[in-house]
Amino acid sequence: MSILSDPRWSQALGVLPDYLGNHVRVSLTALALGLAVSLPLAIVARDRRWLRGALLSLASIVQTVPGLALLALFYPFLLVLAAVTLRWFGVGFSAFGFLPAVLALALYSMLPVLRNTITGLNGIDPAILEAAQGVGMTRRQSLFTVELPLALPVMMAGIRTAAVWVIGTATLSTPIGQTSLGNYIFAGLQTQNWVFVLFGCVAAAVLALAVDQLLALIESGLKSRKSARTALGGVGIAALIAVTLVPQVARFSITPTSGTYIVGAKTFAEQYVLSALIAQRLKAQGLSASRREGLGSNVVFDALASNDIDVYVDYSGTLWVNQFHRSDMKPRKELLDDLKGILAKQNITLLGELGFENAYALVMPRKRAEALHIHSIADLAPHAPTLSIAGDYEFFSRPEWANLRKAYGLSFRMQRQMQPDFMYAAVASGEVDVIAGYTSDGLIAKYDLVVLDDPKHAIPPYDAILLLAPKRANDMALQAALKPLLGKIDIADMREANLRASGNNAESSPDAVARWLWEKVSGR
Amino acid sequence: MPFPPLIAYSHVGKSFGGARGSDRVVAVDDVSLEVAEGEFLAIVGGSGSGKTTLLRLANRLIDADRGTITIEGEDVRAADPVALRRRIGYVFQSGGLFPHMSVAANIGITPKLLGTPPDEIAARVDELLALVQLDRERHRDRLPQALSGGERQRVGVARALAASPRIVLMDEPFGALDPLTRDALGEDYRALHRRLGLTTVMITHDMTEALLLADRIAVMRAGRLLASGTPLGLSQSRNDYVAELLRTPRRQTERLNALLPRDTSA
Repeated sequence: MSILSDPRWSQALGVLPDYLGNHVRVSLTALALGLAVSLPLAIVARDRRWLRGALLSLASIVQTVPGLALLALFYPFLLVLAAVTLRWFGVGFSAFGFLPAVLALALYSMLPVLRNTITGLNGIDPAILEAAQGVGMTRRQSLFTVELPLALPVMMAGIRTAAVWVIGTATLSTPIGQTSLGNYIFAGLQTQNWVFVLFGCVAAAVLALAVDQLLALIESGLKSRKSARTALGGVGIAALIAVTLVPQVARFSITPTSGTYIVGAKTFAEQYVLSALIAQRLKAQGLSASRREGLGSNVVFDALASNDIDVYVDYSGTLWVNQFHRSDMKPRKELLDDLKGILAKQNITLLGELGFENAYALVMPRKRAEALHIHSIADLAPHAPTLSIAGDYEFFSRPEWANLRKAYGLSFRMQRQMQPDFMYAAVASGEVDVIAGYTSDGLIAKYDLVVLDDPKHAIPPYDAILLLAPKRANDMALQAALKPLLGKIDIADMREANLRASGNNAESSPDAVARWLWEKVSGR
Repeated sequence: MPFPPLIAYSHVGKSFGGARGSDRVVAVDDVSLEVAEGEFLAIVGGSGSGKTTLLRLANRLIDADRGTITIEGEDVRAADPVALRRRIGYVFQSGGLFPHMSVAANIGITPKLLGTPPDEIAARVDELLALVQLDRERHRDRLPQALSGGERQRVGVARALAASPRIVLMDEPFGALDPLTRDALGEDYRALHRRLGLTTVMITHDMTEALLLADRIAVMRAGRLLASGTPLGLSQSRNDYVAELLRTPRRQTERLNALLPRDTSA
């Protein structure tokens, strides 16, 4: 099978109108907002030294915040703000997706626009400014008929830079719930779907280049004072907006979004498979469902609590430790009951467990473990000072790790952070000795690894549980559609599903794996 | 003077710089000067003499600290500066043309600001192009960067005249031009001044130019007005600096007469 006949290309192409439309919508709104704020600010600040200095340093500081962090920071900020407006004015707003993405990206676009506008305006020959005054222009007339037209080429260069930055960074708005071309990249990275990763990167790059070139056309038209060129660039931008937005508008007007259930998923393969499975079950019952995938784990729970998504799968231990900051460890059943009570206070329904656990666990190659006679973490502890350990980006700052170290007296020679997908191959190849893996990961079987026992129960249970948004608490149709999933999926099924999802072919798409999983478990 | 002066400076002073006395530079120091209607006055002085400041005080590009300035009998402090500038023509040192506007748009700018209808502005622009001897077909729609230095300054003069002012202020208008162009433009302007009955104040550092074009010359140094008068009147001044300024053109004329054979064809 040649690369181009891979069905995932057509799959990727199928969701392009949705992803691209959303991407263009969020980028251009952010850019427009950024311009609307930056241009007047730059004009006001250009001959006030302190204000200019303060603005430029503030914008520079914003620029040093990584895009992903900036986007993620806006979500909790807006949640608080929404709660405040709801209390004071009786109107709330959705802090999820579009709004935080637009605000963060607009902030991101400000530096080049501010800097170039100020540079452009301050770079005008003083003799020209004096002439404007001398022929009898007011300050306003001088600004609009002389200064801005003369500064425009420099300003356009800044706007171009801002546009490219915003379009590139908008791919990072996926984890806060804004669909974008980043959906390809996040999904592709997590499910080892390189076709998607490549497609997303190329699409974002082509979009950024196209917008940059159209703006370049406008810029050169302005510079050489050829209005035809400027107009051509303007028409190009307008056409791009029209082409990318029309399918969206059409779709919105056909399907009312209020009746659609939104299924959330975090940023790893298992979540993609489970959200696909949930959406398939809903559709099978005649309900309309759409998926919001690649959400940050800090975002997804708040999104459910504020009714921005309707249903998703979380893990009991994650909520216990991360969301409710509990450090006491309880047996599986007890913890679930407590959790159910805590969630009910927020009107969130814990519908039930899917049947498997996706817990953190220390994992090492079977042969190595046998050679060293290691069966449990207790056996590992005396060897640890000579071994290295790798974990995902959050593991070493999580309470589980502190608990593990305390309970077993673990002290490794070296610890490293890794992209979860690469950890298993790293431990299999001996690049690291032990990894903090996930019990449901299919790669454990594939690489012939073993999960070490935790006799002291230092790691809490991580039962996969279905959570429903407050507004769906009494939605019997939804609950009826989901109940057949409860208790059906055991650890072996999930591991195999995850292994399939990490494959690199058409059968490894989350939808295909979800169908396979349903066929496997539905008979039970 | 039979008529009241069109421009009158009375004990005018202006300083620049920091708030503390030691940092301040006195640019214009207690100057009183009157310009009669129809007169062509040249203000001569070296750089830093305060001549440019004195000119700008008249249309309130700069505001005076002390003294009174009246234009057509009206105290400029009581006038709206924007309206004042629109009724006074101003020719800038290097043209000061707007580089993003065509010749026609540059010339028509003040009438446009005054709200003159576009067809009237177009007719006025053509009239002015003829007046400053520029070719309508060739120059009207060009950008300033496509013009020669002399052509640019002609456009500058046309722009200053566009709203039919009674007064024209000129800040070293011909300083950056080559001698031939400079001479031609000076003569052409002098003719326009007479024909249109203008009152002109021109700044120059070149005494020869001042002597050849102006009716009356005011000499400035270090912010003070040293002397003012017709060429003949100035030649009787006892001020050393004024005498020094007049000696240079005289000496040059004598040397040129000795060097060049008499032009017999004239």
